[in-house]
Amino acid sequence: LVSTEEDKYGLYSNLLLKYFLAEGVVCGHDLFVASAKEHPDNILKELPAPLLDDTYGKDLGDEAAVKSEDFQDSMKIAWRYQSLPKIEASPTTYTKFGHYYDISKKMSPELYQSVKWHSFYLHEELSSEPEMQAWNMNSGYARLLQSIQRIISQEGFDGSDPQKKQRNVLRIGIQSLGSILWGDDVCCSDAPEDPHSLTKFLYVLRGLLRKSLSACIITVPAHLIQNKAIMERVTNLSDMVVGLESFIGSERETNPLYKDYHGLVHVHQIPRLNSLICDVSDTKDLAFRLKRKLFTIERLHLPPDLSDTVSRASKQDLAGSAKLLSSGCGAVAIGKRHLDF
Amino acid sequence: QGKFTLLRDTRTDGSFLVHHFLSFYLRAGCKVCFVALLQSFSHYSIVAQKLGVNLAAAKEQGQLVFLEGLKSCLDLLFGEEEQPGQPSPLQFLSRSPRELRALFDFVRVSLTPCARDSWKGPVLLVDDLSVLLSLGAAPVSVLDFIHYCRASVCCQLQGNVVVLVHSNEDSEDEENELVVNSLCHHSDLILWAEGLATGFCKDVHGQIKIIKRLSLRQAAEQDLVQIYQYKIQDRNVTFFARGLSAAVL
Repeated sequence: LVSTEEDKYGLYSNLLLKYFLAEGVVCGHDLFVASAKEHPDNILKELPAPLLDDTYGKDLGDEAAVKSEDFQDSMKIAWRYQSLPKIEASPTTYTKFGHYYDISKKMSPELYQSVKWHSFYLHEELSSEPEMQAWNMNSGYARLLQSIQRIISQEGFDGSDPQKKQRNVLRIGIQSLGSILWGDDVCCSDAPEDPHSLTKFLYVLRGLLRKSLSACIITVPAHLIQNKAIMERVTNLSDMVVGLESFIGSERETNPLYKDYHGLVHVHQIPRLNSLICDVSDTKDLAFRLKRKLFTIERLHLPPDLSDTVSRASKQDLAGSAKLLSSGCGAVAIGKRHLDF
Repeated sequence: QGKFTLLRDTRTDGSFLVHHFLSFYLRAGCKVCFVALLQSFSHYSIVAQKLGVNLAAAKEQGQLVFLEGLKSCLDLLFGEEEQPGQPSPLQFLSRSPRELRALFDFVRVSLTPCARDSWKGPVLLVDDLSVLLSLGAAPVSVLDFIHYCRASVCCQLQGNVVVLVHSNEDSEDEENELVVNSLCHHSDLILWAEGLATGFCKDVHGQIKIIKRLSLRQAAEQDLVQIYQYKIQDRNVTFFARGLSAAVL
């Protein structure tokens, strides 16, 4: 169960959701799309088109070849660093996991209609079926669970049908869980009417996922949820939690540190399944960037400091240096560190 | 015998302690009732295999009573009507009295020794208690449940109880903090796994504080606190004194 904490305007988290679903289409998995905000048909129409392997691979290959030529020259000043491996900011040719997509183009209808997909649009469901048992939970969530469970058992994802030779995977994508559109007021008030609905839903969803061959990604508007205790519980109930923080409208947009990127990726939790250890990567500072055709997640690296000021404002210092400047401490922008000269 | 151990984790995942205790007590020949609320049976089974214990066999022989919370919840919500003699242990999810009495009855029945049993002392293992709060149980109900379990398992049956809870330093989850603090006061032994305050490190995964609450049983005694750092590997966990990790030496 992958939980994505949405960024402020939901732009990038929706993009991640679409990538997840598009990968499912290309791999031939079945899809289940649930939303209360827009009709799942529309979501499917907006999936990015997959790139044919050879063109993208060739572009990457060219880039990598050019880069490696440059670095053949030995370093003259920083010669101590020569022996360290070259840091790859983004995975290039050595990782070929999954497929690549071109977000400027939409996926062709024939492609996504070739897989079996199920949709759940809350407003249609609420109006069509009569009242079902509520289980002490928000009715929108309860219906969604019933719908997912019905699909899982009908289509045999839980191994209940021994006749079925070919086992397939179900990819579930749920948009904006916890938002007011689902009928849950966790995002509106500090003391919501039923604070346990969302967590109960996640627990049952987790049970359904463990029991069947399915993978699920949900996006949660974490920045709107007032009661932080609920977010902590959501984190504990999910296997993997990724937070997206976009720079739109925040002070970081103009910070030269982040000029190449559109936002930060915070990996709050990674799954530790079937083993004592988990696979933690070397670095935890990741940022994302939305190019015209591609959405990339890279290691956050500082751009070279070519400005006139001696020190560089990092994220902690931003507030500190603004305070110092306003109190008239002189012409030089002084950071909080006393070792600056 | 008759001890209550609290496993606590902050900023990190303390489930390796649960795996350890599970395999430890099974190897010692105790009868274990494992209330596994967060993960599936196969997850524990695979890790236990790496630690040298076969959970499926233990279950067959009756040494292990495994309550798989996720599966039980699905059976409750999507299954057929329950039989009158076997109430679901997690029925507080869908019924209104938000009490954990059914869960306690399950525990009591599974650990009460019957004539054929030749196992050594009973053990109750819970992973993890904080999930019960997420599922709608009131903090007082959770504390009552633990109290009843202690009374029956520790005092009556002279067994041990091991419980895992999550906590955070600046947590806003007041219900959880209430439960954790209350349990800390009543525990004989607290194993507190914390992530390093300085952030993530590849060679030292965290630090563990072992608090032996001698003050609980005898008025004049002081609690004994020991602190080690640890690194988790595929098949075991290595502990070392603070600052003496293998990477540094």
